[in-house]
Amino acid sequence: MATNERQQLALDSLTGVVEGIYDQMDDGQIPTMEVPLRSKKNIEFDAKHNVWKYGDLRTSRTAKTVNGATMMLRTVYTSDFINEMIRDNKSSTLREMYYISEGWNHAKFHSQDESNLLAEDLETITGCMREDFKLRPEESGAHVYGDLNFTTMTKKGMKTMNCIDDVSEAGFAVPYKVEEDTFQIDPGNTRFVMAIETGGMFARLIENGFPEKYGCALIHLAGQPARSTRRLIKRLNEEHNLPVTVFTDGDPWSFRIYASVAYGAIKTAHISEFLATPTAQFIGTTASDILNYDLPTDKLSDKDIGALNAELSDPRFKDEYWTNEIQAMLSMKKKSEQQALAKYGLDFVTDRYLPEKLTDMGVL
Amino acid sequence: MPSEEVTNEKAAPKERKTAIAHKLATKQQEISVTEFFEKNKQILGFDSRSKSLLMGIKEAVDNSLDACEEAGILPDVSVRVEKVADEDYRICIEDNGPGIVHKMMPNVFGRLLYGSRFHALRQSRGQQGIGISATVMYGNITTGKPAHVISKIEGEDEVAWGMDIVIDTKTNRPIVTNDKAFNWEGKEHGTSIEYTIKGRYVNGKQSVFEYLKDTAIVNPHAQITFHDPDGTKTVFERATDTMPPKPKEIKPHPEGMEIGDLLKYAGNSQQKTVRAFLRNDFSRITDRIATEILEKSKVKEDKKPEKITRDDAIAILEAIKTVKIMAPPTDCLSPIGDTLIKKGLMHVLDGLRPEYYATPVTRSPKAVNGNPFVVEAGIVYGGDIPSDGQVQILRFANRVPLLYQQGACAITKAISEMDWRRYGLEQRGGKGIPFGPAIILVHVASTKVPFTSEGKEAVANFPELQSEIGLALRLCARNLKSHLNKMERKNKTHAKFEIVQEILPDMARKCAEHLDRPVPNLDRTISRIMNVVWIEPTVKREGKKLRTVTYTVYNYTTLPRTIRLHARLPKESVNLTLFSHQCFLDMNDEGKANWEIADLPPSTSTTVSFELTGDMADTFDADDIYFSGLSTTMVMGAETLPGDWGIKGLEIVQTDESDLVEEDEEETMEAEDLGDE
Repeated sequence: MATNERQQLALDSLTGVVEGIYDQMDDGQIPTMEVPLRSKKNIEFDAKHNVWKYGDLRTSRTAKTVNGATMMLRTVYTSDFINEMIRDNKSSTLREMYYISEGWNHAKFHSQDESNLLAEDLETITGCMREDFKLRPEESGAHVYGDLNFTTMTKKGMKTMNCIDDVSEAGFAVPYKVEEDTFQIDPGNTRFVMAIETGGMFARLIENGFPEKYGCALIHLAGQPARSTRRLIKRLNEEHNLPVTVFTDGDPWSFRIYASVAYGAIKTAHISEFLATPTAQFIGTTASDILNYDLPTDKLSDKDIGALNAELSDPRFKDEYWTNEIQAMLSMKKKSEQQALAKYGLDFVTDRYLPEKLTDMGVL
Repeated sequence: MPSEEVTNEKAAPKERKTAIAHKLATKQQEISVTEFFEKNKQILGFDSRSKSLLMGIKEAVDNSLDACEEAGILPDVSVRVEKVADEDYRICIEDNGPGIVHKMMPNVFGRLLYGSRFHALRQSRGQQGIGISATVMYGNITTGKPAHVISKIEGEDEVAWGMDIVIDTKTNRPIVTNDKAFNWEGKEHGTSIEYTIKGRYVNGKQSVFEYLKDTAIVNPHAQITFHDPDGTKTVFERATDTMPPKPKEIKPHPEGMEIGDLLKYAGNSQQKTVRAFLRNDFSRITDRIATEILEKSKVKEDKKPEKITRDDAIAILEAIKTVKIMAPPTDCLSPIGDTLIKKGLMHVLDGLRPEYYATPVTRSPKAVNGNPFVVEAGIVYGGDIPSDGQVQILRFANRVPLLYQQGACAITKAISEMDWRRYGLEQRGGKGIPFGPAIILVHVASTKVPFTSEGKEAVANFPELQSEIGLALRLCARNLKSHLNKMERKNKTHAKFEIVQEILPDMARKCAEHLDRPVPNLDRTISRIMNVVWIEPTVKREGKKLRTVTYTVYNYTTLPRTIRLHARLPKESVNLTLFSHQCFLDMNDEGKANWEIADLPPSTSTTVSFELTGDMADTFDADDIYFSGLSTTMVMGAETLPGDWGIKGLEIVQTDESDLVEEDEEETMEAEDLGDE
């Protein structure tokens, strides 16, 4: 679909939402709005795409409550704002929208989270992507290092860059939009992809020459990966058949990072088929690694234990592997960081740990 | 009375006993009261530098207020503290009281235990006549400087007299110098005392400022001006022109009398017979009771009172115990009263912008051991009152703030023994001083407040007093709790108001704009969401003494509604704007006013408004509004008229009953809808 067409579609669906609210008020009704329930209670496995998507549960927002009424008012204001941007051929960041909302009376966003949430709401209601609404995230924060080439739009036109030769040691910064029209991928000598949680480990592997030696494209996730990072991983996997691995800390929050890469995040389950990489494999740090390698540990906090228990009831973790891992971590009450491997020296991770793990997985 | 020399000599060896006794005899002499107090300053509260500074001012201000009230003059008291040397402060207290006649001035200021109130049984601030002269003496001793006293009494031919006074501690007699008459420019009457004292000026809880501030709270009829050593001038303005009723003097009540008291009264009596003495010199002894006492004690009725022996006295006291005598009259007490307590609190604490002044409580007077007493309490809550520490306790006895020895005071004890958690304050384990953004005020008034010491810093505890304080506080606390509940409800209901008043209209406007269609009419939608009659109070402050109170009544239901509103207004503050309002029905003697809004059409609103003027205008809390004529669930923003209000309104609910039943059904349907969410 051409950009113009997509935008017209977005415009029409937003107007439809506003119309719905207007008609209810005009009819003397209490305005209500149905949206898919965006919680772990309502995600289902989509066998066709091998990812987790929203199910049929819907939640009804009513203007009877302040929250419901405020959300609806925000929807109306945001629709109006998007309408204006499309008309004037402008775009804005989610952060800008947050600031613009200062003049929106009760519809004002009180935090960036609220504006992000609303953008996702509009996506789920209309079935459009936020890019169609001319809304973009601030930045991705993710970096890529490895022998592969990206051709991307710069101020001086399309340019091709090698992610070792043409970048600094920090790697190639992933832009917020990585679709084919502005972002082309040439896998070069890369044999597999490794997504890494912490910047420390990313730098360690680069310093030890791991990407060059094994033909690996390193992607630094910087915490919960942004949409474009996940989309890039998905494209590397789907279009270029590169196996994807995920290497994180050994704690409950890291498990969730893996889940959002592999299965799809709960917040963005409406577009999981674009973002999730179902074949991504988890390297570690696993609960069994902590035992097998006798890694230095920290005690689980109450919050950690709460997170693990929540994961036990998360449908995405309902397989034997994850149930065992979570239970193991709960019973030893310990967590560990990926950099804890340095206990055995700086080269241990690249000389022993990763080669062993990757061989087991059949990646090497 | 022991003197120090005697005590020291006692340590001498035993064998010289006889000789020493003679030797001692030559040294044994009377010591004057003044000398005794000089050596035991702490008894009067002069035990630290900072406290001494405060005590002097306190004594002088108490005297000024007492004198003004006795003369029926609205007090205007000025206090000035100047630093003259490192620890030396010059203090000047001036009042507009009746003044003191020239020849009495030396005795009033220069002689301990000299005064008009020691023998009187009535409520007053000063009692023993020690305070001001002790201050003069303390100043003499610590700085060697005399006190300078000026006084002028009313009258065209009167002149002012000024003199320097020093107390001779040996003889307890004033030594006067520089006694001169002069023309006190611009002063009709009044007294001023200036003395220099060793002291330390402090800020905070036990400071002169705090004392004057607290004094202003319980004396709203007084204007107090304070010049502190830094040159800052603070004026605690008069909050009301109403003088407190003058306390009456009463005769002693026989209950709780000691044998010495009885003999003293008998000795001073002007009466010719014991019967007349009993009947006329005591309160509440009737002829019948006198007969009963005489019969039981077997004292002859025609005996002269001064002939009463110790045995007679014992018999009379025994007889009194078995006879039923009415409690002493209580009109000798002058409580501040609920309105004036609130007024005083509001006036002085306004800077803290408290959210709520719990209606103060004045208990009815009680008597113990022949002494009548009355307890009053008030609570101030919220606003800028610090919420992270213990509540502030303001203790008062006979309108005098008590700043020291909080821990030893019966008031503190009564507060600590209440479970404040039930009333919305935090308290560890339900005991001790509670925590939270509150100020608790307790005032004990009595003809004889039982202090723990002569310094008058803490009230001694006895069960009747503690129980009275507890009852007063509980009443206040209940008001506080119901306010807190009301606030919580209000916050919840305010949310709905926000939806229909702001969010929905904005949404309708924005949608219409987006779709380029006319703005939809929201009346039916709003009625569906609210389904109540909404009452929203607003108060406009116009100047210091004018408030415009407006109640906007919205009918957010689908039928026309008739409702009555009720409020208790400060009667003296209402004006024609109240009576001329078309919804106004009537107002009774207590200031309970009624309005009726008849057949208010759905989706419309109307207002009820009136002005309050004068001193009492700000004592009305606009949230204290009640309604009748509709069921409780159908009204937001007002409380159901309580049954004990004693005004009509109830009848209306009955006439409307058939209509109401229908409405109740509608209400439940709505409630079910809500449950589905």
